Amino acid sequence: MSRLDVRKTYKLYIGGAFPRSESGRTYEIEDANVARASRKDVRDAVRAARAALPEWAGMTAYNRGQVLYRIAEMMEGRRAEFAELSGGEAEVDEAVDTWIWYAGWADKLAQVIGSSNPVAGPYFNFTIPEPTGVVGIVAPEAPPLHGLVSRVAPALVGGNAVVVCASERHPLAAITLAEVLATSDVPGGVVNVLTGRKGELAPVLASHMDVNAIDLAGVEGDRAELEELAAENVKRVVRNGDGHSPWHAAAYLELKTVWHPIGV
Amino acid sequence: MQLEERYGLFIGGEWVEPRSGEYQPTVSPATEEPLAEVAYGGAEDVDFAVGAAREAFSNGWSSLPGSERAKYIFRIARVLQERSREFAVLESLDGGKPIRESRDVDVPLAAAHFFYYAGWADKLEYAFPNRRPQPVGVAAQIIPWNFPLLMLAWKVAPALATGNTVVLKPAETTPLTALLFCDVLRQAGLPPGVVNIVTGDGRAGAELVKHPDVDKVAFTGSTEVGKAIQRAIAGTNKKLTLELGGKAANVIFDDAALDQAVEGIVNGIYFNQGHVCCAGSRLLVQESIYEPVIAKLKRRMGTLRVGDPLDKNTDVGAINSKEQLDRIQELVAAGEAEGAEIYQPPCRLPEKGWFFAPTVFTNVAQSYRIAQEEIFGPVLSVLTFRTPEEAVEKANNTAYGLSAGIWTEKGSRILYMASRLRAGVVWGNTFNRFDPASPFGGFKESGFGREGGLQGLEPYLDFEGKPESFGG
Repeated sequence: MSRLDVRKTYKLYIGGAFPRSESGRTYEIEDANVARASRKDVRDAVRAARAALPEWAGMTAYNRGQVLYRIAEMMEGRRAEFAELSGGEAEVDEAVDTWIWYAGWADKLAQVIGSSNPVAGPYFNFTIPEPTGVVGIVAPEAPPLHGLVSRVAPALVGGNAVVVCASERHPLAAITLAEVLATSDVPGGVVNVLTGRKGELAPVLASHMDVNAIDLAGVEGDRAELEELAAENVKRVVRNGDGHSPWHAAAYLELKTVWHPIGV
Repeated sequence: MQLEERYGLFIGGEWVEPRSGEYQPTVSPATEEPLAEVAYGGAEDVDFAVGAAREAFSNGWSSLPGSERAKYIFRIARVLQERSREFAVLESLDGGKPIRESRDVDVPLAAAHFFYYAGWADKLEYAFPNRRPQPVGVAAQIIPWNFPLLMLAWKVAPALATGNTVVLKPAETTPLTALLFCDVLRQAGLPPGVVNIVTGDGRAGAELVKHPDVDKVAFTGSTEVGKAIQRAIAGTNKKLTLELGGKAANVIFDDAALDQAVEGIVNGIYFNQGHVCCAGSRLLVQESIYEPVIAKLKRRMGTLRVGDPLDKNTDVGAINSKEQLDRIQELVAAGEAEGAEIYQPPCRLPEKGWFFAPTVFTNVAQSYRIAQEEIFGPVLSVLTFRTPEEAVEKANNTAYGLSAGIWTEKGSRILYMASRLRAGVVWGNTFNRFDPASPFGGFKESGFGREGGLQGLEPYLDFEGKPESFGG
């Protein structure tokens, strides 16, 4: 007699835990009933991200790089499962390698993006990058896994905490990735994953006053309304582009310039 | 220096009458007397100027070798230096700032900015290796009235160095140095249409922002207008940099060199009548030294000379406009009504013109409007703290994040504070220093993008494979 398999309930990932949507709603997709997050779930996720930020941003860059590397290690062991939930092995490899690539950037960004500045006076003057804070990400619909990783990794590497709206049509890879994050020394709340209707969630994220930046690359159709909402607290807006770049990470970094006199 | 009676718009290398047909006087804030009439551009004028900029971009400027662009910009820097006296006098006349500041800060820094960015024009590949930097196209630049020529330089110099062409709109109350700058462009032999100047008010600015052939918008001004601009470009592919308001904390620890700190406080808030977006308008004093700091500050305030901007001895000049004076007075009245204690040194203000005495408020709660809102005048609000952690919390308790100051003799504490203050520029044991090599710009609602330094080139460039974002 064949054994009946045990199925997984796909829930949200907020503050390091896997709650159902507070609304109790789900939608059927990819042969599963996936949580359909509400505006309150978005707010809870932003609160969790804000709370997690000091620890993540305060880590040494070296340490943060090791945590990102750990994510790759954890994914590597679940390649077969991820291959089934995404475009296949090639996509999984690409996703794992993207984590590795950004892991190595953690302690190099400041040297590429920062500077010491030769001002015309007796001052020491330098510029360093700092995380902008909480980043909202509307993940691309496809590819479901690498699309997500290529948007989340560059936001994380500089020390930001993120709230992601996963691919609406392919959410399972995102929730499975959340299981990896939960076991990779990424502090709870640093990444929060919401599944559901992007049309419902994205405007809440774009207008949230405690979100500092938003990635709209995964928005299909007109992004004008979301950009208008984002202006209310002068959010940094990322519109599109190739994820594989330190300049993508830099889009979520603030540059701080410090002056001090030189004297005896 | 001889002012014209009336100025047109500078488009395509020529002076043209505004199609709007509108002219308004620009007034000396120290005397309330008109200095000249200035054109107020409308939609048609903006369209004409953008067209001229596009033509100049396509027909030569963007494909000119960087080394040749550099030489034009070096020429501009040199002519500004040669004519610095004219510019300093005109800046103080039109804007009300003390001649000592125009002469020693605004004009030399403006020239230095052109000199700095000129050198970058043929070195962009070294600034951005493997990124193939390309000019963006036509840059729409809107500047404020507090540092008219300097803000022009901050905008125009990097735009030209990166191969863009420009339509610049000066502030409505301070157009004259931008108009004199057109004569610098003539002397430098800059090709027609590379820089176009459209004077006017917010209507011209709004037309410029929404013009479909503009590729890049750079704005310095209020957070309110900045947000409106961000909304206006929503859904387009225009790049944007915003340099907006501030409410900077200037934090004084009990081990600070007090006399130097007091000089820093005074420079932080009374420099340029407090018309400075990065002004140190919230003083945070450690409780144990509150009394000596306030006593020294009040004594020092008594030595500030308020008056004629053209007098070399003047420390605090005229408030830029009647409208701004009204706003300062309204917020000061709100501070008194909310329960703060006001102090102004005895000083006689000129009978004509718009002036406001240096002001300090003590007994201020964080929730008061004078501790929250940008006053943009010579008005300081004093708060106290006990521990460094409390100082950080209070300093960051604002929607703004442009600048901050720290005064302490302990090196590790400066770096502790510098890394926790959420601000784009942090001055340790100094305040209000600026340099073309030093990136400037805000966190949070103080805007995004940087002006100055290598990082100041990026907002004017497109790159292969770079995500398009507002911030960079």
